[in-house]
Amino acid sequence: MSALVGFGDRYVDRVGAIHRADARVKLPAALLYIFAISLTPEGAWTTLALMLIPILGITASARFGPMFMLRRSILALPFVAAALPLVFTRPGEVIAVVPGLGWNVSHEGAIAVATIMAKSWLSVLVAVLLTATTPVADLLRTLRFLRLPRLLVATVFFTYRYFFVIGDEAQRLMRARDSRSAAHPSMRAGGTVGWRASVLGHMVGSLFTRSLDRSERVYAAMQARGYSGELRFLTTPAVRRSDAIVAGLLVAYGFAVELAGRVA
Amino acid sequence: MTSAAPALDVRHLRYVYPDGTPGLRDVSLRVEQGERVALIGPNGAGKSTFLLNLNGILRAESGSVHVLGEELTDASVRSIRAKIGLQFSNPDDQLFSPTVFDDVAYGPLHMGFDRNEVLRRSREALAAVGMAEFEARVPHRMSLGQKKRVAIATVLSMGSPILLLDEPTASLDPMSRRGLIELLATLPLTIVVATHDLAMVADLLPRTVVLDGGQIIDDRPSVDVLNDARLLLDHQLEPLSAPGHPHA
Repeated sequence: MSALVGFGDRYVDRVGAIHRADARVKLPAALLYIFAISLTPEGAWTTLALMLIPILGITASARFGPMFMLRRSILALPFVAAALPLVFTRPGEVIAVVPGLGWNVSHEGAIAVATIMAKSWLSVLVAVLLTATTPVADLLRTLRFLRLPRLLVATVFFTYRYFFVIGDEAQRLMRARDSRSAAHPSMRAGGTVGWRASVLGHMVGSLFTRSLDRSERVYAAMQARGYSGELRFLTTPAVRRSDAIVAGLLVAYGFAVELAGRVA
Repeated sequence: MTSAAPALDVRHLRYVYPDGTPGLRDVSLRVEQGERVALIGPNGAGKSTFLLNLNGILRAESGSVHVLGEELTDASVRSIRAKIGLQFSNPDDQLFSPTVFDDVAYGPLHMGFDRNEVLRRSREALAAVGMAEFEARVPHRMSLGQKKRVAIATVLSMGSPILLLDEPTASLDPMSRRGLIELLATLPLTIVVATHDLAMVADLLPRTVVLDGGQIIDDRPSVDVLNDARLLLDHQLEPLSAPGHPHA
């Protein structure tokens, strides 16, 4: 059983219009929509709310619950923390002072950080929708379709393919260690911190050399089957017009809202 | 703990994988001290899961495990692991230290023995598996048969009275396999072996437990189970004397 079982595939198998839509349309539409979100000026709350509406609509049509979306989007939180210093560094009207440190919190800074947080969260929601409704294989094929360098796509593909294999390997190593981490009632067990750290270090090293060995075996097996640097797929049918129209409308809506927000 | 306590006493063990798949459904098993038991069943039957439940790496939803009279609990797990040596099917998972000696010494070092005792136990264990001269070798440059022997030594050095082995003969060449079976036959321990190697069962393990779908299907003397072609075929196992089998 995989150590990464709760961390498994991002794709959630359902039947629905958004699931059926072509990845070659969904991926560019999602990227463009995220780009539109990033154009929102500071403090433009109406614009952000309008940008949220299609996201909520798609979430509802895919029948994902609010908790599901919140749980997955929480992943972005640590990255947003990088924006926090702006609260103190942006000059403006002082609305609070950090007790003890004497740092000033500016009104402008607070609005800037809140906007960055909202934009990041909306962008992550779009990404969550994309990955939850599109199988990974389709996303990778789309990256190739969009002319991303094949080496890059292959690297992403292998990372995804072997992430779980190597995670399982790490889990087995730790289980084997724990099985031998015994204690006698009469003696102090566990050894020194330094010794335990060196054991862990050797485990990581062993995992690395084994991954390296594995990569050579995998490559040899691929060459044996005629791999020449390109992952090949059966050709896919042409993009459906209805998918393209819906995606085009969505992106147009996003840019229209942003434009209206700037003009108003 | 008394000398009469069974080596393993498992009652109504139920285990569910993190993704909700049932792993073990109501497994009860009693193994007396000094017994040698085979655990057979198809891939995915729950054999490895069962072994991992015995030393507390996996923890059951319900049911109990007693090892030599001591119940497996959060508080006792470390002391249970001193009584049970578990050998994993892939020795590469078990051997993580820079040299063979370091690996064999891991268990005794962790238990807190002094230097001389660690040396004595590790050398004895390596001698018992016939790998004394490999002390300073790097595990990842050895053959699979050698690694399996060292992996057994890493468990023997702990001095555990119970030995659990997961597929010990898998992918060994015939001579290494024979050597391993002979080695196991010399060990005066309670031994439980999860395996597909029915010829080894016939040679080494007088009692056989058949596991399938997370349940114990049968538990009889190995002679009876191995001669029950119907039972074996029903559970994706191949009778030793099946028509067309090379050993027939």
